[in-house]
Amino acid sequence: MKELIGNLNKNFESRVRLGIMSVLMVNDWVDFSSLKETLNVTDGNLASHMKALEGEGYVEVKKQFLGRKPNTTYRATLEGRKAFEEHLAALESIISSNK
Amino acid sequence: MITQNEHLDDLKEIRTIMERSSRFISLSGLTGVFAGTLALLGALSVYLYQQDYFLGRYFNRGIFDRSQLLSAAEFRSLVVFLLLVAFIVLVLALGFGILFTTRNARRKGLPIWDSTAKRMLINLFIPLVAGGIFCLALLYHHHIYLVAPATLVFYGLALINASKYTLNEIRYLGITEVILGLISIFFAGYSLIFWAVGFGILHIVYGTTMYWKNERVNR
Repeated sequence: MKELIGNLNKNFESRVRLGIMSVLMVNDWVDFSSLKETLNVTDGNLASHMKALEGEGYVEVKKQFLGRKPNTTYRATLEGRKAFEEHLAALESIISSNK
Repeated sequence: MITQNEHLDDLKEIRTIMERSSRFISLSGLTGVFAGTLALLGALSVYLYQQDYFLGRYFNRGIFDRSQLLSAAEFRSLVVFLLLVAFIVLVLALGFGILFTTRNARRKGLPIWDSTAKRMLINLFIPLVAGGIFCLALLYHHHIYLVAPATLVFYGLALINASKYTLNEIRYLGITEVILGLISIFFAGYSLIFWAVGFGILHIVYGTTMYWKNERVNR
């Protein structure tokens, strides 16, 4: 049991981070405001979690201007995808071992 | 035990977020029902306008009779009538579609105009616009009997393309439309009937299925 929990990735413990990664797994580049809308979170909340995931190298950030408005888009890195898949596998094995 | 339930909730939430963020799921089945009904009315009006032309005149059972050919003026007015009916059906079907889909999205508490909607529409319209131009070219060359099969085939391909970004039923509707369109090319004299089946009856059948499966349950 202990070993199973050890496979969970600490970086994905928050609900918001799980949400972010879920969106990025099935999309290519996603901009900040659509992420915010999908996950129903505040700007500050999303930004701080995004920064953390970026620090881990799980997401990649692209900042550009659409006309005059700044537009920030995100994409899951290969490393991030792998880490998230491992996390999901760990979640699944915990659930199935307790059945 | 609590943590186990939490993990299960996490997994469930992950699955819904993945689904919601990559597919446009607010598409209402009623859109199909209304579009189908309008298409049937359109097909009926074309049939009443010039019934001989589609069923008898063009493929007159192998007997060539000069009097059965359409004059240039008749042909032109038929094309104008066809385009007019097609335009009215398209505008009304789009209008009702947007209305029902917006209502469905509001009921589910989802945004109507987000990236999934845009992605679905872009992928729908690429084959659709190509098909539209192709059909106009067919009319230009007076191959009017090929227009109905061509609309079916291109529309089906457009649906298959868009289905990656919306409900799964759309993919099967698209495949059925393509098959029907391909069959109807070989039975060009009955193209109006095939068209009515493809755009009318199939829309109503799939629309009703989608409504029962995805929308009634949510009430």
